[in-house]
Amino acid sequence: MITKRQLLASMAALGLEPAAAQFRVEVAGVGGTQIPIAVANLRDEHQAGAAVAAIVRGDLARSGVFNLLDAPGTLDERSSTPEAQRTRGADALVAGSAARLADGRIDLRYKLWELPSGTELLAQSLAVHPADVRLAAHRMADAVYQRLTGEAGVFATRVAYISKQGSRYALMVADADGENAQAAVADNEPLISPAWAPDGRELAYVSFNRQKAEVWVQELASGRRRVLASFKGSNSAPAWSPDGRELAVTLSRDAPAQLYVLPREGGTPRRLTTSAGIDTEPCWAPDGKTIYFVSDRGGGPQIYRVPSAGGQAERLTFSGSYNISPAISPDGRLLAYINRQGNVFRVATLDLANSNARLVSDGPDDESPSFAPNGKLIMYAARSNGRDLLMTTTLDGRIKTRLLSSTADLREPAWGPFQR
Amino acid sequence: MKVPSNSLFAMAAVAALLAGCSSTKLDETPVETRTPIPTGPSGGSGPGGGASTGTAATTTGTAQSSVAAVDLSRSAGKTGAVAAPLGRVVYFDYDSFAIKDDYRALIDGHAKALAAQRARRLVIEGHTDERGGREYNLALGQKRAESVAKQLQLLGAAEAQLEAVSFGKERPAAAGSDEAAWAKNRRAELRDR
Repeated sequence: MITKRQLLASMAALGLEPAAAQFRVEVAGVGGTQIPIAVANLRDEHQAGAAVAAIVRGDLARSGVFNLLDAPGTLDERSSTPEAQRTRGADALVAGSAARLADGRIDLRYKLWELPSGTELLAQSLAVHPADVRLAAHRMADAVYQRLTGEAGVFATRVAYISKQGSRYALMVADADGENAQAAVADNEPLISPAWAPDGRELAYVSFNRQKAEVWVQELASGRRRVLASFKGSNSAPAWSPDGRELAVTLSRDAPAQLYVLPREGGTPRRLTTSAGIDTEPCWAPDGKTIYFVSDRGGGPQIYRVPSAGGQAERLTFSGSYNISPAISPDGRLLAYINRQGNVFRVATLDLANSNARLVSDGPDDESPSFAPNGKLIMYAARSNGRDLLMTTTLDGRIKTRLLSSTADLREPAWGPFQR
Repeated sequence: MKVPSNSLFAMAAVAALLAGCSSTKLDETPVETRTPIPTGPSGGSGPGGGASTGTAATTTGTAQSSVAAVDLSRSAGKTGAVAAPLGRVVYFDYDSFAIKDDYRALIDGHAKALAAQRARRLVIEGHTDERGGREYNLALGQKRAESVAKQLQLLGAAEAQLEAVSFGKERPAAAGSDEAAWAKNRRAELRDR
């Protein structure tokens, strides 16, 4: 048999980091808004080949919406209402079972009860390929989250990020909890700026493999890749339009850094901005009509927006001399960005309706905010003890989780869409 | 050497795992055919950030005006080799794209060499220090490279001979998070193509 140590050693020899990393809740916010919930281990959970209940508990805890309580291990989906009601202190209970089916699939069955009434809110069975048990556990957590909050869960989504281990760069794709990380591209030259296609099937990114910045698009399932922008000078900062048909990019072909829009197949770029300075980091509004971006046309870098069809740019950030890396919430109402005060870089949000700005991370070296597809969390990159790591935060900044690798720097998270 | 059969099995398992991930490997071996070019006080700054420590002594004011030796091994085989040793790195002040007067001779020398040989091509790589966002720094580095390229054109090089590119903060010449390192990283490097 392969021991875990041998497997890890073999992976290390190939320049891969062990896929053991998981986002850990770091700061649990205090407040009465958390729903107390108990998630019991599944009966016969060993049949599943993964710690299903622990995955569900981890997902729910990271959302910041739940307070996880212990649950009796004797419960399952067949437990009676009085049995379920014996769980003290919880407003909700999840219990179920795992079984291996004759065709090799794993059947996960579970129920969600409201307590203390004992009302059944959810009863589901998920029969999946053994390799998809983790995904099924995330879908369980999504269903529970949706039933109890009315919002879509993001636990079954994926995130992309850049890992750097020594001189080795990789564009990684992992489950939203940080597990199951796989390299989509690896190189000895820098990789930056991953961007998800709205259908979740392709990633755009910037590669320096040919000794300059070029924008590539890669299909995740097949590994097929194509160069999207390789004009004279630098090509960078890809951002997909919400319909997936176009990408906004930064090119230096006519001036040091200006915005252009390209068809997803590549081709002739349409120039979007004309300024004497730097225009970069485009980001499409969910309706596709507006593009947010960074410009130093007013001196230092600030965030602006421009109609995606072209037109007059409008400045949005006025507080501080350095505001970069805009990301827009899925409902189009909140702008997340990086704000510098002195030498401290933090994630801030701007409510576009009333211009209220708020700092949601602690710094001092935070980068690259990216919204969860349900808009309830922001993922970003931070630096701690000389190591780059990934963080998530709730919008109020209260509950944070961190994903730290002992061997690699993790940067530039891009939260994928619901589709996968 | 005897390889335990179970580690072979482990390797196979990993290979299978990799095949399942459709991971695309670029540039499996770190092939770098470029001849090391002395790049002034920062030392050789080849890809991968292999900053040399041997020449790191010049951290004082002379660093910004020093002139590195020309890469003779590159020009030796070519007709009309560059006559005078020319530096290949231009350093910049913080948040600045202005080319200091110290580099006038360096840029003039490269421009004349390009004007004399229209077949020659030069890549100007802009770099920044580590502070700030990656994409914004990429644009800042591009601005530095473009400002050198513009100066080369004013002094006789043709636009078609030049390409200004940027590595932003991705390829620092010096490691470290202090002004000494940052000063070495705010630069444009001139490379023959």
